[in-house]
Amino acid sequence: MSVIEVTNLTKYYGKARGIVNVSCSVEEGEIFGFIGPNGAGKSTTIRLLLSLIHPTSGSAKVFGKDVVTHGPEIRRDIGYLPSEVYYYEGMKVIDLLKYSASFYDCDCTQRMHELTATMELELNRRISDLSYGNKKKVGIVQGLLHSPKLLFLDEPTSGLDPLMQRKFFDLIRAENARGVTVFFSSHILGEVQRLCTRVGIIRDGSIAEISDIRTLQQNNYKKVRVTAEGLTPASFDLPGVTNVQTENGTVHFFFKGDINAVLQKVSGIQVTDVTIEEPTLEEIFMHYYE
Amino acid sequence: MNANIYRHEFRTRLKSVVIWSLALTFLVAFFFSMFSVFADQAALMNALLAKYPPELRAAFGLDNMDLATVLGFYSFIFLFVQLCLAIQASNYGFGLVSIEESELTADFLLSKPVSRTQVLTSKLLAALTSLTLTNLVVWVSSFAAIALFRGERDYETRTLLLLLLSIVVFQLFFLSVGLVISLLVKRVRSVTPYALGLGFGSYVLSAFSGVFGEVTLELLTPFKHLDAASIVKHGAYDTPLVLLNVAVTVASLAVGYWLYIRRDIPAVS
Repeated sequence: MSVIEVTNLTKYYGKARGIVNVSCSVEEGEIFGFIGPNGAGKSTTIRLLLSLIHPTSGSAKVFGKDVVTHGPEIRRDIGYLPSEVYYYEGMKVIDLLKYSASFYDCDCTQRMHELTATMELELNRRISDLSYGNKKKVGIVQGLLHSPKLLFLDEPTSGLDPLMQRKFFDLIRAENARGVTVFFSSHILGEVQRLCTRVGIIRDGSIAEISDIRTLQQNNYKKVRVTAEGLTPASFDLPGVTNVQTENGTVHFFFKGDINAVLQKVSGIQVTDVTIEEPTLEEIFMHYYE
Repeated sequence: MNANIYRHEFRTRLKSVVIWSLALTFLVAFFFSMFSVFADQAALMNALLAKYPPELRAAFGLDNMDLATVLGFYSFIFLFVQLCLAIQASNYGFGLVSIEESELTADFLLSKPVSRTQVLTSKLLAALTSLTLTNLVVWVSSFAAIALFRGERDYETRTLLLLLLSIVVFQLFFLSVGLVISLLVKRVRSVTPYALGLGFGSYVLSAFSGVFGEVTLELLTPFKHLDAASIVKHGAYDTPLVLLNVAVTVASLAVGYWLYIRRDIPAVS
C-alpha cells in the first residue's frame, strides 16, 4: 500500500514557484530519500503533505486520505522534524514535550524518557538556553514520542555532531524496522545513500528522477578511469559516454550502456591502469544538476 | 476546542493579564480617590472647564459630563479604562496567531492532529478568558473605589452596570478586529505597534469626532459606539451603534476563521 501518493501537486506562492507537477509515491515501510539543492521545493512538498500550506493544484494523499480534507486525522500518525527547529522559548524541555504528547491519545511518558536518554537531552533546561544542536534533539524526541507510522524528516542532521548523527540514524533504522515509513529530505547525499532505499531527485520544483538507490548507482552509470600514454578524450568517443575529463594522462568519464563497448576500446590500448566503479550518489547528483 | 491549546495559551498570557489588571485597578482607584475634592469644588471646576476651548472639552467628552456626580466623574475615568482595555484586547487579537508565526512555532502546533478551526477557537476562548479576568478586576475595583470614595453622594447602580457590561462588547471588538487585520497583512513582525495603533487610533478618531461633530466618524470607533458619557447621560445604550459594533465584531470573526483556515503558514527564512 502506498503511504504517500502525490499526484501532479503544484504550489505557487503568488507568482513564485514552489513546486510544479510533482508526482511520486512512497510505499509502506520504506525510507524514501528526497534530494535537491536549497530552494528546489523539498520543504514545500513536506509542508503541503502536512497541510501547513495549501496546494495550488493537484492532490496528495497520505494513508489513502486527502491531505486537505483529512489533515487532523492524518497527522495523528505523523511525526515531523522541521529543518529549522523553533519552540516556545519560555518553556522547559519537559513541558514542551508534555505539551507535544498531550495532542496524541497515548501514554508517551515511557517512550519520551527512552528517547531523551538516547539523545542525551536534559529535561529541565529552558528552550531559550539550548544550543541549536540541543534544540534539534528536542525536535527529534518531539517527532518520535508518539510512535508515528510516518516520519517526515526535513534536513534532520544539520546541527548534530557526528556521534549524535549516528545515534539518530540508528534510531531511524530501528523505527523503520518496526515498520515506520520515512520521508527523508536532504541535500547531503552521503546520508541519503546510507539510509534510503529509494530516492527522488527534485530540481527547480520538478521531479528529475525517482529511482531505486541501487539502480541509480549500478544500472545507470559507471565511472571509468583509464590511464595510458597519449590518450585524448576522443579515444572514448562512444555513445553513452559523458563528462569526459582529462588529467595528467588519465581520462575519466561516466558511461551508461553496455560496458563491453568500453572494454573493447580499452583492450585496444596499452594501459597502465583501469578502474571501473559505481559512482557515488554525489557524482550522479551533480550529473543531474548540470 | 482543544483543552491543551487553551491551557497553553492562557498560561502564556497570564503575566500580561496580571500586569494589565494591576494597572487598571491602580488607575480606577487613584483617579476616583480624587472624586470628593472635585465634587466639593464642582462649581469652581465647571467654571474652569467652561473657559477651555470647546474643542478640547469635546475631545475628552467633557461637555457631556458633570464631574460633580459619581457617574459623571466615573465616566471620565472610564474613558481611560476603555483606552487601556482597547490596547490590551488589540494586543491579544494581533498576537493571537501572528506571534506563533513570527516566533516560528506555528509549524510545531499545526503539525499536530488538530484542525485550524480547533486551533483558532481554542486561542480565541483563551484570549477571551484572559480579557474576562481583566474585565472582572475592573468591575471589582470600580465598585470598591466608588464605595470607598463616593462619600454621601448617590448614584444609579443600573447605569453603572450598563457601563461595566459594555466592556465585554468593547473587548471583543478589538480582539476580533486585531485578529482579522493580523491575517490580512502579510506578516506581523511586532504586535505592539499594531495594537497601539488600533487602540489609540480609535480613541483619536472618537476625540476628533467630538471636535468636528461629524457623524461619519462616530460610526467607525467603538469609543463612540459605547461612549461612556452618553450612556451616563441617557441611562441607556445607543442601540443602533451598539448593534453596528457587534456586527463588525461578528463579521471580523467570520472573516478571521475563513482566512485562517485557508492560510499558508510562512516557512522559516
